[in-house]
Amino acid sequence: MTAVAVTLPPKPKVDWVPLAIVPVLALIALPLVGSFSTWVTLTVAALAMGMMIFLMASGLTLVFGLMDVINFGHGVFISIGAYLALLVLGPMAAWVASDSVIENVIVLLACIGVAMAGTGALGWAFERVVVRPVYGQHLKQILITMGGLIVAEQMIHVVWGASPIPISLPTTFRGAFVVGEAAVERYRVIAVVLGLLVFAAMYLVLNRTRIGLLIRAGVENAEMVEALGYRIRRLFVGVFIVGSGLAGLGGVMWAFYRQTLTAGMGMEVNVLIFIVIIVGGLGSIGGCFIGSLLVALIANYTGFLVPKLALVSNILLMVIVLLWRPQGLYPVAKR
Amino acid sequence: MSEVLLRLEGVHTHIGRYHILHGVDLLVPRGELTMLLGRNGAGKSTTLRTIMGLWKASEGRISFGGQDITAAATPDIAQAGIAYVPENMGIFADLTVRENLILAARRGEIDPARLRWVFGLFPALETFWSLAAGVLSGGQKQMLAIARAIIEPRELLLVDEPTKGLAPAIIMNMISAFRELKAAGETILLVEQNFTAAKMLGDGVAIMDDGRIVHAGTMAELAEDAGLQQRLLGPSMDTHQ
Repeated sequence: MTAVAVTLPPKPKVDWVPLAIVPVLALIALPLVGSFSTWVTLTVAALAMGMMIFLMASGLTLVFGLMDVINFGHGVFISIGAYLALLVLGPMAAWVASDSVIENVIVLLACIGVAMAGTGALGWAFERVVVRPVYGQHLKQILITMGGLIVAEQMIHVVWGASPIPISLPTTFRGAFVVGEAAVERYRVIAVVLGLLVFAAMYLVLNRTRIGLLIRAGVENAEMVEALGYRIRRLFVGVFIVGSGLAGLGGVMWAFYRQTLTAGMGMEVNVLIFIVIIVGGLGSIGGCFIGSLLVALIANYTGFLVPKLALVSNILLMVIVLLWRPQGLYPVAKR
Repeated sequence: MSEVLLRLEGVHTHIGRYHILHGVDLLVPRGELTMLLGRNGAGKSTTLRTIMGLWKASEGRISFGGQDITAAATPDIAQAGIAYVPENMGIFADLTVRENLILAARRGEIDPARLRWVFGLFPALETFWSLAAGVLSGGQKQMLAIARAIIEPRELLLVDEPTKGLAPAIIMNMISAFRELKAAGETILLVEQNFTAAKMLGDGVAIMDDGRIVHAGTMAELAEDAGLQQRLLGPSMDTHQ
């Protein structure tokens, strides 16, 4: 064979810049906020909110990346996940009010389990009935998934009524840890830990398993994955179910955070979720994670420092990020 | 002629409202390298994509190893033993070289002896084993795309313009690699615009024009007949030699 000089490709660089923005932003906010204890409270609250947004958004970014489906109905799974928690909270009301940590943890896990199973099953049906007929047709996807969201909201009204439903946190998760002069709500710490666990699990699955390898490849070039002999459609249905289940999990956490259930809670966070996945880079789990944290930190800091800017802070963040990186913080290579 | 492995009979393909293939008849004998030549837009890539099921034949029949695969799904066609290297190479840029190859090994593990053979064909892949495929040069990506197609034994390789845009030295490396694949008994259907490369590699040749096969025969005959070359390939030969 002809000898050919091997040209060394450039060493791949880890892109630390988006990752560094989160701590840099927090440090910049410290002197602006003035009080260290207030800054700690704001930052932990933002991290908790960011983790819940990540839980709700991660499935959507994978669904878009893998099959190019714009699912405006993703909020359905958030609302329904939250309402499914009622199936647990009603019969286990005594355990919610109990002082036993174990009983409280079991209640929370049961809520999460029921919500994830229910929204996962709903995701399977939603993909078959609503999404499958409109593959490759973005406009129709937007219209029909938005329609699905509206229908599901009305179904929630039919089943659970139109009035907001208050829910209580299990006793153990109420109150706050006091660290120095800063008060950190217990539930927010739980949300941060749960978000980190889910992110770590997703990272491990995506990077250490064959199914993760297939998902990452499918996000880049689904057609080539099929040409290698894999049924990408089955993979997509699986990702859709898991993404819906994660949205259900996010819905439960979000509901306990607000301590109120409303049918429109999914639609309310839908816009936020889309901002997050666009800022992070469509299809990128790492980008979704960083995007969630950024959105939450910006919202909390501006809400405290310049309340009038809070409403548009996320849009401003998206504009700045897209001007800097039009494909988002961590763009996924596409064919 | 050896046993026919792949047979296309009167294959038509529509893409949307466009009628691209107008009744393609093509035979690919087992153990041979068949060149598919033609001008830009003649329908060569569409023919490969239709064989892979990426675009469905609207009429006609495609049989592989005696089995009708006309309406088969792409994963089934791949599992039947056809490997495909598209014109854009289809490399997964965010995955490492290793991950690209592991993905193609459907049993989940790469046979070490087979991997050594592949590294013998394309030594650069061993050097860049742990690098993201996206940082490789064009030639290295092409090597990876072909390596991915042969990392497990396949019955037939469909390769779309492997020398396109490559430096002459890399093209010679590719030609050597295809010669080794031929020597190993692989059956290959190779779309190529580079007639010099085609002459060096082809056993048989089919020439396409306007979505049809307008000539089929041996490469030796075509290589010796300058008039036939000029008539069938025309300006594309001047451009791509």
